[in-house]
Amino acid sequence: MLNDITIGQFFPGNSPVHRCDPRVKLVIEIAMIVTLFLAKGLVSYGLLALYLFAVIKISDIPAKMVVRGLKPVLFIIIFTAVLNIFYTPADHYLWEWKFLHISAAGLWVAFFMVVRIMLLIAGTTMLTYTTSPIELTDGLESLLGPLKRFHFPVHELSMMMSIALRFIPTLIEETEKIISAQKARGADFDSGNLLQRIRAMIPILVPLFISAFRRADELATAMECRLYRGDVGRTRMKQLRVSTVDYQAIAFSGVLFAAVIILGRGFGL
Amino acid sequence: MSYILETRGLTHVYGAGTPFERKALDAVDVAVNKGEILGVIGHTGSGKSTLIQHFNGLLKPTSGEVLLDGQPIWTPEGKCPRAVRFRVGLVFQYPEYQLFEETIAKDIAFGPRNMGLSQAEIDERVAESMRLVGLSEELAGQSPFALSGGQKRRVAIAGVIAMRPDVLILDEPTAGLDPAGRDEILNEIEAYHRETGATVLIVSHSMEDIARVADRLLVMSDAHVFACGTPREVFARGEEIISIGLDIPEITKVILELRRRGFDLDPSIYTVEQAVAALRAYKEGHKC
Repeated sequence: MLNDITIGQFFPGNSPVHRCDPRVKLVIEIAMIVTLFLAKGLVSYGLLALYLFAVIKISDIPAKMVVRGLKPVLFIIIFTAVLNIFYTPADHYLWEWKFLHISAAGLWVAFFMVVRIMLLIAGTTMLTYTTSPIELTDGLESLLGPLKRFHFPVHELSMMMSIALRFIPTLIEETEKIISAQKARGADFDSGNLLQRIRAMIPILVPLFISAFRRADELATAMECRLYRGDVGRTRMKQLRVSTVDYQAIAFSGVLFAAVIILGRGFGL
Repeated sequence: MSYILETRGLTHVYGAGTPFERKALDAVDVAVNKGEILGVIGHTGSGKSTLIQHFNGLLKPTSGEVLLDGQPIWTPEGKCPRAVRFRVGLVFQYPEYQLFEETIAKDIAFGPRNMGLSQAEIDERVAESMRLVGLSEELAGQSPFALSGGQKRRVAIAGVIAMRPDVLILDEPTAGLDPAGRDEILNEIEAYHRETGATVLIVSHSMEDIARVADRLLVMSDAHVFACGTPREVFARGEEIISIGLDIPEITKVILELRRRGFDLDPSIYTVEQAVAALRAYKEGHKC
């Protein structure tokens, strides 16, 4: 159950996608999401799907892992599909029963909706699969840099995000350990009514919270020992630098997204 | 045949079908005698923690089987009855992090309560296990979170002992304790073993600790059983054990070094007492 959480999961590698500057990847990602909402027909969606396939191929990430990333949103995908199939208003219906009706237009809308969500999730998972959490927050901090002028705590936010991402796997592991330990003492999480099940969570949640606080405390001490005092005067070991592979990625993505937008908006394809 | 626990061809694969697939146990056959103290030794990642989690049915074998008193613990429908967990008590590494109740007594009572025992029986077991691990009675009503690390660990061990398991398994019970704390915990485990006659499995990578208390040793390496036998038999293979990256007791190292320099001593010596006796005998033998 806990193994399905792929948020913030990172697969180290040395493909061109991995080597891309995180800022470039973030901007491309945002551009892709915008393009995804501007695409319209089979051709434009198909082109975007091909683009994503190419990225997955280049990145050397097994396609199976990308599919696994879609699993947690399966419910949302099905839910949207069902709603769109039955509730899209049209002049002509293929099938009708009381308030439910299916039209050709509804089927198309549902299909594109599903494709759109799947591409959206697959795209964002590719970003986290190929970018380490540290790179990601560094990139974000650099992109949001201009906001510092308005006294927006960019560095603090990105540091908090790094720490949060860093501790997701640790806390998952911790939770699994606590669950096993309580099971070994005969705890039963799978039977009883709702109230009993909620109460059965107490032996997991109390130790988990205590350990989270303990870890936070230890981390804070460790940071202070290394004289961490925020953004001012802090330098980086790895400077972000835009290189050839980034220009290639920008050119490739830019041309493709433009084509999708022109085809989708201009020609309705 | 009085094997209380037995595995046959036990294999466990983590993350099957992902890039992280890893075989943690590979066709492991182990037999645990009733009433013995078995020390389980092995490197991090050798499969020892995976093995012990199979003994009480927390992990399901990928293939092979686990027998408790000659009976498979997994039913043919693929279920493991909760009763197995009460018969095979497992104390995890750093068990003090699993405490959650307001008072020490309530926390220890968690296991017995899950067994569905009467309040009188629960109270009796809580008192008994607190005594066994050396916690004084006045502590019963206190919060476990106010205790020191070593005391917390005692509460957690008492929580498992209170289920009166036939087999008590402890994963690294002395990890992170000072030498005095280690001795105390080991003494208490030995006392529990003496008083109840239960079978005890201790996982550790401290050879000194294990050699002190164990009747037999099980050495795991790289998902396989590397050696299994009395400490004497196992430490007689001292050089092989060092070659798989494990440590042997300091005194055994001294004896091995002496042997290398031409002294004909028994290589299976693993306590200081044995070494003293052997060296005395050697001296006597060469005087004449």
